[in-house]
Amino acid sequence: MIVIVGAGPAGMAAARRARECGADVTVIDDNRAPGGQIWRGEGRSLAPGVRFVNSARVVAGDATAKTLLVETEEGARVVSYDRLILATGGRELFLPFPGWTLPGIFGVGGLQALAKSGLPLRRKRILVAGSGPLLLAGADYFRRSGADVVLIAEQASAASLARFAAELIRHPDELLQAARLQTGLLGVPSKRGCWVEAAEGRDRVERVYLRQGARTFVEEVDYAAIAWGLVPNTELAALLGTGSLAGTGGAELSVIEGEIAGLTAAGREDLARRLYPRQRKALRFARAVDKAFALRPELRSLPEPATIVCRCEDVPFERLQACGSFRAAKLHTRCGMGPCQGRICGPAARFLFGWRDDSVRPPILPARVGTLAGNIS
Amino acid sequence: MLIRINGRAFEVPENATVAVALLMSGETTFRRSVSGELRAPLCGMGICFECRVTIDGRPHARSCQIPLREGMEIRTG
Repeated sequence: MIVIVGAGPAGMAAARRARECGADVTVIDDNRAPGGQIWRGEGRSLAPGVRFVNSARVVAGDATAKTLLVETEEGARVVSYDRLILATGGRELFLPFPGWTLPGIFGVGGLQALAKSGLPLRRKRILVAGSGPLLLAGADYFRRSGADVVLIAEQASAASLARFAAELIRHPDELLQAARLQTGLLGVPSKRGCWVEAAEGRDRVERVYLRQGARTFVEEVDYAAIAWGLVPNTELAALLGTGSLAGTGGAELSVIEGEIAGLTAAGREDLARRLYPRQRKALRFARAVDKAFALRPELRSLPEPATIVCRCEDVPFERLQACGSFRAAKLHTRCGMGPCQGRICGPAARFLFGWRDDSVRPPILPARVGTLAGNIS
Repeated sequence: MLIRINGRAFEVPENATVAVALLMSGETTFRRSVSGELRAPLCGMGICFECRVTIDGRPHARSCQIPLREGMEIRTG
């Protein structure tokens, strides 16, 4: 039995290819429907014959016993596997700045996920800021949902993005996609080398302060969609001590790597090998994206002493400055010890201080006491 | 369908999540942080735990991941 954790582009592709080879395949996902974040709400379905355990969270696992502890709405259960594929996807990178915890400030994919879950955006004044290709995709989605996108603020410099455009020419599919986005966003103000410095508002975000070079200015908004790139969800992989880790690199790379994992798990390395050239090309593109949208050092000085970094435990920047490692910060400030278990502040601390969080312990997500006590069906 | 938010009745669309219903009702604060700050959803995908509310008496429910059901009682912090 092949078990796949994650029903996004990679997990779905892995399931399809493994099932085609005749394998017994089960996919586990936190959401109600397959598709992951990118294909959320598009009505995509898993390949016929693939079992789907939905609304389920993997809270722990044992690589020796080859079992996962899974929590569903009905209760906890143990899932056994012969081969395991982790297609746990990524999350957005959030960086702290004064006011970033105000209601109405979401991730870019975050606001898109809420919109796909039914949130009307018509006539909402939305600022889209941060970094990465998701900014354009998000802005396009918001605009098509009737929003007034007041500005797209990309922190990467115009020079860096021009170098990226030269690489883009080698990738016709991505070039076409980029061109479509640009066309759809005609008339939407857009700035490069521009970033958010602070946000203000009484009980929700009302104003966002931005900088472009020496110039600073203010945008009045209803919502702000701000994210600084993607971080792979590696917690389960770290817990199980898994071997090869792919990272994040867009939906196309995810599909190819999912197919490779599915075929390999089903014992068809011969077929998997045929996909390596396409994987290399997609990887090259992913690296070019990483390079073009590399985060500028100025972003490290956005937090003020009192700016919250860990939103679960309300740990301010100044308390972290006194620590020498993420481990010390956990011990002395409870940073990363709340319910998100460092998923938001961990990558931020890595960017701000260069800390790595290498200690993953079960449960990797908050679990019901009964689940951990062994009340398992 | 009809739900209750902090005791008040609201007509909300089907197929939406609890977080969406709260935002549509004009609710800006989903929870209070440990130091009393107002908080609302950030990640929209069940990772950040900022959208926690009490649903039918069950606390700490991630509202962005939970579909609406007729007659739900939602309490924000």
